[in-house]
Amino acid sequence: MAELSLTGIAKSFEDTRVLEGISFDVHDAEFVSILGPSGSGKSTIFNLIGGLYQPDEGDIKLDGESIAGKRGSISYMPQSPSLFPWRTLLDNVMLGSEIVGQQDREASLQMIEKAGLGGYENAYPHQLSGGMKQRAAFIRSLLSPQPLICLDEPFSALDEFTRLEMQKWLLSLWSEYKRSVLFVTHNIEEALFLSDRVMVLSDRPARVKKEFKIPFERPRDESLLLTEEFLEWKKAIYNELRMIT
Amino acid sequence: MRNIVQKGWRPLLVIILLFVIWEVATRVFEIPAWLIPSPSQVVDEGISGWSVYEHHLYSTILLTLIGFIIGTSFGILVAICLHLIPTVRNMFYPLIIFSQNIPIIVLAPLLVIWFGFGMLPKLIVITLVCFFPIAVSTLDGLRQTSTELMHYMKMAGASNGQIFWKLEWPHALPSLFSGLKISATYSVMGAVISEWLGAKEGIGVYMTLASSSFRTDRVFVSIFVIMALSLTFFLLITALEKWFIRWKSKGVENSG
Repeated sequence: MAELSLTGIAKSFEDTRVLEGISFDVHDAEFVSILGPSGSGKSTIFNLIGGLYQPDEGDIKLDGESIAGKRGSISYMPQSPSLFPWRTLLDNVMLGSEIVGQQDREASLQMIEKAGLGGYENAYPHQLSGGMKQRAAFIRSLLSPQPLICLDEPFSALDEFTRLEMQKWLLSLWSEYKRSVLFVTHNIEEALFLSDRVMVLSDRPARVKKEFKIPFERPRDESLLLTEEFLEWKKAIYNELRMIT
Repeated sequence: MRNIVQKGWRPLLVIILLFVIWEVATRVFEIPAWLIPSPSQVVDEGISGWSVYEHHLYSTILLTLIGFIIGTSFGILVAICLHLIPTVRNMFYPLIIFSQNIPIIVLAPLLVIWFGFGMLPKLIVITLVCFFPIAVSTLDGLRQTSTELMHYMKMAGASNGQIFWKLEWPHALPSLFSGLKISATYSVMGAVISEWLGAKEGIGVYMTLASSSFRTDRVFVSIFVIMALSLTFFLLITALEKWFIRWKSKGVENSG
């Protein structure tokens, strides 16, 4: 069970107001995306949830307990894979759970197999392709015991083909493990394709400008990307974003 | 191995050529042996005089090893302390740099005045020589930890101890080893210098005795022995490095 709720979060760095009155929830087993122009403070939201900073105002709650300024309550996948070059794939994948102190070698090996990385358990990151590194980084966050996963633009560095491949892969793994996911992106299509809800942020200082509930049935596949309905949604969100900038 | 043979023959050829020129020159110009001995004479002395300098060599190896171990552990320890306590780093970093600027040759006689002719002043000299490269390279290695990985560790809720042992320390290892390689060669030099100060045995003693009695061939023998010792030491550290940092890519990054 994981219920994340942010209420009235505000944060400034020096004199610039970055976030202003950010409130939203992520329900159990829900996939929520935050969409916003670059530099709109998306990463700041993550750093606040991760407990790297204290919010100036407001509170962050996970399952009813305040986690503002408390580290280690979420599992995290950064923009770059951030694998440790001196660890093998298996050791890298187990790092998240190792930090919390609960390692499960068997489960990790199984997950690697399921993620299509079987046979690479003992490979070092420099021997893996970009897509494989991203998969490893995602498995690492899945294997961490925390109930909420935060993904920070994980596919932004990949090419178009690999990205779609990875999105489908992510959906299939997610539908199996059903964790709560908070996903940050600046790609409208990606947000639409993956999410249950999309939150559009305004320009600085960031507020939640509009919330879209995405009605597409799951499981979703790529044919969805070309349907009339999908394009309508894309247009609606695009117009929302254009009004910001 | 084939790679070494393929790449190694050119520099080897140059070295052999130099020795040939040296040998021929000493014969053609009839240079007296006390001035510059020919390579063949040096090799002769190196083989036949083995029993003369054997115990000197062992003594120097022992001194170098002890000094190296003390010097590098001290350097690593200081680097870790300075890294973990930033205010201390700001206070002491300039001092470390100053320590490198002390001319050892000048300091050495002072150490003898203070500590006599025993082991202690010699170990201090070697420690001083080893300390700087290892401390600075370790400190740099620790400081240049990738910010991305650091951010991940913090977001994942790692404690400071976990950040140090799982991230910063392994990240600093390659840098630490480059420091070790420099320290290893320096430590041999430090040992020889410290033996000049006054010692019962050691390559440094053998060398001073040889030069004061115009046994130039023996001086050359000691030069080559010191070189060989440094090189062996260097290769040992390189082998250790290869084993410890076997995860390192061999220059080919897979980006696809």
